[in-house]
Amino acid sequence: MTQVPRPRLTQYVLLVACILLFTAVVDYALAQPFGMTRGGSPPEIGGFTGWILAKQAEFYRTLSGLIRAAKADGSAAYTLLGISFLYGIFHAAGPGHGKAVISSYLVANDETWRRGIVLSFASAILQAFTAVAVVGIAAALLGATAKAMGNTVRVIEIVSYALIMLIGLRLLWVKGRAFLRLLRGEQQAHQAHGHNHGHDHGHHHHAHDHDHHHHHGHAHSHDHNHEDDASAWGHAHAPEPQELTGKHWLRRGLAAIIAVGLRPCSGAIIVLVFALAQGLFWIGVASTFVMGLGTAITVAAIATLAVGARGLADRFAKARPGAGMLLLRGLETAAALVIVFFGAALLTGYIVSERLMGV
Amino acid sequence: MLRIFFVALATLFIAAPALAHPHVWVTMRTELVYAPDGRITGIRHAWSFDDMFSTFAIQGLDSKEKGKFTRGELAPLAKVNVESLKEFDYFTYATADGKKVALTDPTADYWLDYNDQVLTLNFTLPLKTPVKAKELKIDIYDPTIFVDFSFDKQNPARLVGAPNCKLDVQLPREMTFAEGKKLSEIPADEKNTTMAWGAQFANKLLVHCP
Repeated sequence: MTQVPRPRLTQYVLLVACILLFTAVVDYALAQPFGMTRGGSPPEIGGFTGWILAKQAEFYRTLSGLIRAAKADGSAAYTLLGISFLYGIFHAAGPGHGKAVISSYLVANDETWRRGIVLSFASAILQAFTAVAVVGIAAALLGATAKAMGNTVRVIEIVSYALIMLIGLRLLWVKGRAFLRLLRGEQQAHQAHGHNHGHDHGHHHHAHDHDHHHHHGHAHSHDHNHEDDASAWGHAHAPEPQELTGKHWLRRGLAAIIAVGLRPCSGAIIVLVFALAQGLFWIGVASTFVMGLGTAITVAAIATLAVGARGLADRFAKARPGAGMLLLRGLETAAALVIVFFGAALLTGYIVSERLMGV
Repeated sequence: MLRIFFVALATLFIAAPALAHPHVWVTMRTELVYAPDGRITGIRHAWSFDDMFSTFAIQGLDSKEKGKFTRGELAPLAKVNVESLKEFDYFTYATADGKKVALTDPTADYWLDYNDQVLTLNFTLPLKTPVKAKELKIDIYDPTIFVDFSFDKQNPARLVGAPNCKLDVQLPREMTFAEGKKLSEIPADEKNTTMAWGAQFANKLLVHCP
């Protein structure tokens, strides 16, 4: 009856445990510079990250001069927009939780790369919009101080981070349960496999229904045991097919867009205030939106990579029914956990995405 | 099996928290103040913020004369500045003969001034207990690199009242093109062990006394 070799369950549980451990270790390692260590020598930032940081700092530094130049000579505005675009691209590649949350969200929800690109662009544009709104309303109209703006941003921040955590928790609830259900089902199937040889089919079926009468996914997989694993996989994989199509994903995605895009970039706010002081608010607005475009491109590229990785995992899962599915569900649960982690860490100030200094 | 493992790792690596980059640049002039008995008593900082941050910081502040601010008008902002710096240990770390030196909160005579659209914060950090040291080392940096510190080119630092001591200022040098290129060639997932970035590009004051 069993033609398909069944990879050992423990192997996969171990893999998921490894992934979770890895996240924890990476997080711990990277958390060190965030105020955990005081004194001693400065942190050593090298490699690709160091280069990205150096580049974006370089671009950012030239912005003020270009805004001043644009005041005297309109053609400098084009250079300003060009640099703003590059800054946006590099900025998104460096710091920020946006790409991490969006990527994890896409992985957990099994979204397509197209949706990933839509989410990336929508959240980046929203981020630019919030920055313009904060400075436009608070500074330009109300004449608010930097401190007042900082406080406004802080409130927006809390809402944004709480929303990230909520999205993560919701995903964790859905994906984590599916994962656990599958994990239990896997064990059940293992036992059932042994039983199938000796026991009367009807009897077994009855016993099974009695035990797990609300786990439809499992019941299905059990009925077709080992003969139609692909269907069992498909069934368990897409318990809400209507949710994945149509406008539902966008409604769900909207929460992710808001969660990630609500918090304005500190750099954009400072640039906008500076442009406002030079009497060139509009050029600050243009620069902010071009920055957003650059950010969107990087985030979209990373999101596409994440979706691609997820696609590979899907292919692997299809080749190994049962255990492969378990791995997928584990991956989704891990991705949901990453979102929860980010939300919690940002909310508690354990990681600081950006900071408006001393005001 | 192995491939999928790496894919999973790659996915999570993307999701790992990243570091920030500075939005504030500070140009420093620092004085090390010594007592007549040769003990260092305090560190006097004058930190000038970059033009964009200066403009941002004074946004919405009232002044009698447009574009000009008196010390009094900037006093509330100076208070906020100094108070929020406490959380970050004033970004100043000192060791005397290898031992960590405790600094206290700034003395009350701190102030901000605004000249040529640049805001400068002046404050003095006293040592909790003045020390006499053969080798005094002072590091000024932001471990989270939200603030980028560098010494003023003309007047980086000086000693006040320590005639026999020698001051050595280690300026963070600019990265050369070759270094930048080399740095960019190190794969993202590999720890940079060949180039010590932080150490080479830090702001250090070294004082040697007999």
